[in-house]
Amino acid sequence: MAIFTLRINGKTQQVDVAPDTPMLWVLRDHVKLVGAKYGCGIAQCGACTIHLGDTAVRSCSIPVSAVGDRAITTIEGLSDDGDHPVQKAWLEHDVAQCGYCQAGQIMSAAALLKKNLTPSDADIDAAMRGNICRCATYVRIRAAIKAAALQPSRT
Amino acid sequence: MTVSTSYSRRSFLKTSALAGGGLMLSFSWLAGCASSDEELLTLPKEWFDLNSYLKIGENGVVTIMSPNPEFGQNVITSMPMVVADELDVDWEDVIVEQAPHDPAKFPDAMLGQFTGGSRGVATKWKALRTAGASARHMLRQAAAQKWNVPAEEITTSAGMLRHASGKSARYGEMASAAAEVPVPKEVKLKEVKDFTIIGTSRKNVEGKKIVTGKPLFGIDYWVDGMLIAMIVHPPAFGMRLKSADFAVVKAMPGITDVFPIETLPNEQERGAFDTNAFPQLLAVVGRSTWEVMQAKKSLQAEWEPAPASSMVVSGFGNKSTVTVPAGLEDSASHLTSMEAAAARPGRVVRKDGDPAGAFKRAAKVIERSYSAPFLAHNCMEPMNFFAHVTADRVKVAGPLQAPGFIEPTLSARLGVPADKIDIEMTRMGGGFGRRAYSHYVIEAALISQKVNAPVKLLYTREDDMSTGIYRPSYHATYRAALDADNNLIALHVKAGGVPESPLFANRFPAGAVENYLAEDWSIPSNISIGAFRAPRSNFIAGAEQSFLDEVAEAAGKDPIEFRLELLRRAKANPVGKNNEYDVDRYRGVLELVREKSAWANPPAGVSRGVAAYFCHASYAAHVLDLTIENGKPVVQRVTSAIDCGIVVNADAATNMVQGAVIDGIGNALFGGMPFKNGAPEKTNFNTYRMIRMPDAPKAIDVHFVKSEVDPTGLGEPPFPPIFGALANAIYKATGKRLYKQPFVGETPVLG
Repeated sequence: MAIFTLRINGKTQQVDVAPDTPMLWVLRDHVKLVGAKYGCGIAQCGACTIHLGDTAVRSCSIPVSAVGDRAITTIEGLSDDGDHPVQKAWLEHDVAQCGYCQAGQIMSAAALLKKNLTPSDADIDAAMRGNICRCATYVRIRAAIKAAALQPSRT
Repeated sequence: MTVSTSYSRRSFLKTSALAGGGLMLSFSWLAGCASSDEELLTLPKEWFDLNSYLKIGENGVVTIMSPNPEFGQNVITSMPMVVADELDVDWEDVIVEQAPHDPAKFPDAMLGQFTGGSRGVATKWKALRTAGASARHMLRQAAAQKWNVPAEEITTSAGMLRHASGKSARYGEMASAAAEVPVPKEVKLKEVKDFTIIGTSRKNVEGKKIVTGKPLFGIDYWVDGMLIAMIVHPPAFGMRLKSADFAVVKAMPGITDVFPIETLPNEQERGAFDTNAFPQLLAVVGRSTWEVMQAKKSLQAEWEPAPASSMVVSGFGNKSTVTVPAGLEDSASHLTSMEAAAARPGRVVRKDGDPAGAFKRAAKVIERSYSAPFLAHNCMEPMNFFAHVTADRVKVAGPLQAPGFIEPTLSARLGVPADKIDIEMTRMGGGFGRRAYSHYVIEAALISQKVNAPVKLLYTREDDMSTGIYRPSYHATYRAALDADNNLIALHVKAGGVPESPLFANRFPAGAVENYLAEDWSIPSNISIGAFRAPRSNFIAGAEQSFLDEVAEAAGKDPIEFRLELLRRAKANPVGKNNEYDVDRYRGVLELVREKSAWANPPAGVSRGVAAYFCHASYAAHVLDLTIENGKPVVQRVTSAIDCGIVVNADAATNMVQGAVIDGIGNALFGGMPFKNGAPEKTNFNTYRMIRMPDAPKAIDVHFVKSEVDPTGLGEPPFPPIFGALANAIYKATGKRLYKQPFVGETPVLG
């Protein structure tokens, strides 16, 4: 066990865990932020997607010891009141079915739009292909990303 | 329409805001996650229960209970919409709560609070409407007494009571008095034309919680002092535990206990949904998920071949002894056995006319065989459940489709009466049939009992994918006889599988063909199987609709017109008895999809396929347009026509159809679980290919037949026919008919 100081959603927090513990389980078990979901444990489904700095990463495959001082953003910290343009677009398009993968989808989409203001279909395919939606809400996810891309207030 | 109400008694309890608040916060396991609805609405000081489904606060806020478990079909929005419409309340004043399992409050003749079989809205339709209408009746009675006017003269809208004299009141003002009014024995329901909420589009009531990552799912469940548990199961079907060494693992960090459990002893009678290939397991318990995962990987166990076993299974009024064979099976031998079985005479399930004679005199005979592999459900949320078993009470909570099925099994296994068992239903991260088989509830409870602590059991993805309850592997052979004028004079279907047949002998085209023969067969297996979105239909529809496409082509007929011709025959002069489908509704979706897809004028450059099917009392037809790019099929557009009776929540219903279409395309192209020496060959998403964003259709247009028929199924019916529409479109594009699923898989077959 070792103590790690982490910057999560703008707050500094300490956790005492084994260094190889993936960020996913640090968040879910120790910090009690459960928005990032366990789906595969091997970075193949995207349900656990969070941001390290501005980059979308699979938290199931990032050991806590590899995070360092990079800022961690989870779905809970994406916006103050669920009003990030991507979250709003998700609600407007009523994207979710079961909803389990959607936090990961939203985090991948938000990272895409941070880098690319006007993503093409191919850009969306490339950025989102790591996120499985078993309910297959893909046409709505694509429409919501395009709608969010048009929002001037995107952060 | 007047219906009899089924409430013999009701609670006159006036729940205080505090007690009510406890219920309302039932999903807030972690701090700081009050629902957005609760933040927007001012909570009442006092609640008045009018019936099992609803309570009204003195300020007019209404809480409506959603009785059935939620797995993405959005009944948590649509069921309360039905209640709210009959109640005549403003949807903005409604708070929705997921009801716990409570057979006394939410009775249903057979399946209770069950999510599956596309029967949720259909089976609760009358109860939901009656709940809203009887509460409205009680509010009008209360106002009539207060105002001293006849109740019939009081009108309602958007949570207001009004009388011609100018008197008016909000529902909240009358809620207290209404709670004292006797529950009516009969109540009048609205005419379809008077619906104001049913048929509109309302956003998912849990949408805000979903997009902000609030705890909603079983895997998010957490209580103080809770331990984490995982299981270790045999590596192959047909194997069982021989021995295990716990010493090393017990000493690992964070591990509190390791022990074997026996979920269901062979001598315990099973219910119909107690399917479980691995009743003997090893349990690893510890303080954190990661530590338990590490320990699970280190657990040393020896496994041995299991002998054949038998058990008594009862359900739906039947009791039978089921024998599970011994042996280590594999997919190659399954296919060989299926082809051999298909070559032998099957069990005749239905015979009309003289099929043998018709085939003898036919001008043309077409015979084709189709097959498909086992499929894993692969719900995104792996199986999990919370349990806290104490001396006098059992509390379990988590994702499951059928609380009413597991409760008697849990009660028998623990020796605890059902009234001491509380089942809380969390949102499910997918179900697709898998969570109707909730052996994992028993496992969690046994582990909690053993360690004497609250426990959350979690399957790893590998556990989830390799513990069974798969969609069976299927095979079907079709034969058609055409006369010299290209009329279909005989049809023969022989269908089977490992371990069950997908045959529906009384569905279309039965009833439309003079000479018809339907046979089935099956091959026993120890690989456990269960319901998977539209069981059996999910294979046979694709086979049948691909075959009819080929027969239409052989007959030189347009594929839609060919089907309509058969349906006209089935309408005018049906062949045989027990034809299960409604000809007019079947015809209706084909005609609607023909119109909406502009069938006669396809877009330039695309290849089109059509298919239609009936199941779960509903009708679905799809036209699928695709192109081939870099040797891969790219679905440009799917046009869907659906008849599911009255649509409750229009946009949510559209979402369901879009999802079913993509799910079907994904499974048709890539789905499959192969076995070798009894072991599933895929255990995670690196090898089990799921459909992803780049493979999804560019557009899906969904059209519903306007209907005043009471709602029929929707979650399943659009799924089966898309397999056929895809195969038929690929044929148009490539000139190659596809007979074996998956169509793409690991080795691309398309150039």
